[in-house]
Amino acid sequence: MTTAIAPQRQPAGARAAQSSGRFAERAFRFRESGIIAVLALFVLTTSLIQPRFVSSSNIQFVLVDTSVYALVALGETLVIITRNVDLSVQSVLALSAYLSANLFGQVHGIPVPVVFLVGLGIGLAFGAANGLMVSLGRVPSLVVTLATLYIIQGIDTLVVGSNVVVASSLPSGFVDIPNVTVLGIPWLAIAVAAVIGAGAYYLRSFRSGRELYAIGSNPEGAQLVGIPVAKRVFTAFTLCGGIAGVGGVLWAAQFQTINSSAGGTNFSLIVIASAVVGGVAIFGGSGSVTGAAIGALLLGTINVALDVLGISDFWDQAIAGFLLLLAIAIDRGITVRLAAALQKRSARDEG
Amino acid sequence: MKADRGVTRADGPSVPPGGAASRDARPALTRWRPPITAGHLLRWETGLLIVVIAIGILGVSTSSLFLTSNNMFNLGLQSGEIAMMALPMTLIIISGEIDLSVASVMGMASALLGYLFARGWPMLAIFVVILLAGAAAGAINGLLVTRLGLPSLAVTIGTLGLYRGVADIVLGPNTISNFPANYTSIGISPVAGTDISFSAAVFIVLAVMFGVVLHFTPVGRSIFAMGASPEAATFAGIRVKRVKTLLFIVSGVVCSLAGVLMTFRLSTAVNTNGLGLELDVVAVVLLGGVSIFGGKGTIVGVVLGVLAFAGIQNALLLTNFNQEAASIPVGGLLLLSVFVPSMALLIGRVRDRITTRGRAGPPAIGTGHG
Repeated sequence: MTTAIAPQRQPAGARAAQSSGRFAERAFRFRESGIIAVLALFVLTTSLIQPRFVSSSNIQFVLVDTSVYALVALGETLVIITRNVDLSVQSVLALSAYLSANLFGQVHGIPVPVVFLVGLGIGLAFGAANGLMVSLGRVPSLVVTLATLYIIQGIDTLVVGSNVVVASSLPSGFVDIPNVTVLGIPWLAIAVAAVIGAGAYYLRSFRSGRELYAIGSNPEGAQLVGIPVAKRVFTAFTLCGGIAGVGGVLWAAQFQTINSSAGGTNFSLIVIASAVVGGVAIFGGSGSVTGAAIGALLLGTINVALDVLGISDFWDQAIAGFLLLLAIAIDRGITVRLAAALQKRSARDEG
Repeated sequence: MKADRGVTRADGPSVPPGGAASRDARPALTRWRPPITAGHLLRWETGLLIVVIAIGILGVSTSSLFLTSNNMFNLGLQSGEIAMMALPMTLIIISGEIDLSVASVMGMASALLGYLFARGWPMLAIFVVILLAGAAAGAINGLLVTRLGLPSLAVTIGTLGLYRGVADIVLGPNTISNFPANYTSIGISPVAGTDISFSAAVFIVLAVMFGVVLHFTPVGRSIFAMGASPEAATFAGIRVKRVKTLLFIVSGVVCSLAGVLMTFRLSTAVNTNGLGLELDVVAVVLLGGVSIFGGKGTIVGVVLGVLAFAGIQNALLLTNFNQEAASIPVGGLLLLSVFVPSMALLIGRVRDRITTRGRAGPPAIGTGHG
């Protein structure tokens, strides 16, 4: 009898684990496939009504327009995954945009890569300051980064004042960055996609990347199993700041007229919204940088699609807001079903 | 961590001397305590009061205009609406949630006011519609948060876009500015017989109301309870979902009222009214010592936070300093507001460790070993 029971039990348990594993896998993939489906539906309907929407020049425009948002959303995602948030990215971006663009006027013939490094450095410094305070001070990141948002904004207004960097002071090698294409695809979009790919690979396959998820899903637990929580959180904030700094340089290249308010009033919240639309859970522990990038792409696409369809721009915000609510509601639904499936699985395993 | 907290509780002044649970009279219970303890001095509100006084002295010493009635009016005018919106925000944050859609509700109210006025609606009907719209906006926030169990941070970033979107759709690129003078006068003259602006007067009345509700009623206690522990509050029979939904509705109503006041003050209804103010409102509340994690905070603290926020900006304006740079001291204060209490905690933790090590008696009550 015992020999008969043993082989019977094994496959049953294995099957249960497998099926719930498959469900979990499907659910996790759905997080992004849902948003991809929405994006595809949007592009399809818009292009059926107005074929001009999928013209190569329009696609190029959307891709370039989305690049900075997708890039900064990558940094923000790293932070959100650890159950933190960085509200200061818009001020870092604004300050870096002005300071880097201003360099061209200050130092004649400064090479473009050096300017990017300067932008990166500015961002890394502010990101590290955020990271230090959050990880060592053990204080809520929302308050810390709200405070640094104010402080950096204040520095920005003091430094910039009423100055404006104008396009004529920028070298052509810089202002052409958004216009260079490779096989019809903007070089900028390819570069950003590559960075996002690297970020996705890091989060998926590196030990320290996985640890960011562990910290986000259970900070105390992560500490107990020996994950260097403070160090990882510090790194996430530093990277986020650095990316926002580079985003500022790209913003300068794209818009070419830079005053103290590059990025706009609600840039940080738009970036957080992109990440959340893309399936990044606001309280950490799940989501991906590709999802966040697709979220940014969707929000950018809506903007352009409404234009193309002849619907007033003024519908843009409402639709984006509605989509965000839909995304978090769907995400919640998945979480609830996933929890139920896991519970069923453990009940089956015990029974 | 748990054990530490147990020690703090058992050792604290709140335990009555000679409680039934204590096995022997411990020296801690008979130790003399000064009437003003380090705990009082380390309270954020005390520090903030000193900061507010310092700002006042700074303002008076740098500009003879600071204490003039005209300037006091301007001070209230500049910050009245933010101050109003900070009150429901305080309750929401204490209850453990957040509302980032406040400025968009404000913009929506402003747009509705312009739109309906341009269509010749009577003012009273417009007000009713606007307050109802504000209540509905708050109810949507509240229901999404409580009934669907969605995080309020994400929900209200979504409705921040949605309600601003409604303002965009309603008003489009139009600017309405021909409001009757008896309404727009609130942007020019103070409340009769005083130096305070209309919005500041509304804030004072609301602050008293919110203070009483928060600190002196069962509903107020339940707001603290649900912020400290939603599960415990639910088990204690508090209607957590209902109260939270109500708080969001109140926030919607107050913010739409603020939107109306702003529209009349600027004498302009435009879809960008109030854009970006949500973070100012949150900053004022946190500046007032309210914990972002919920369960802690006072209306007095928030009123002091409002005064500090408004005072810094006003003082810098009078000294011909770049007023936008006022955000640097505001941000600095905000940092202090999180670091000072955590430093107090740290000091307390160190002190606890010393006292527990020094005492050779039995383990403290409530640590589970006995």
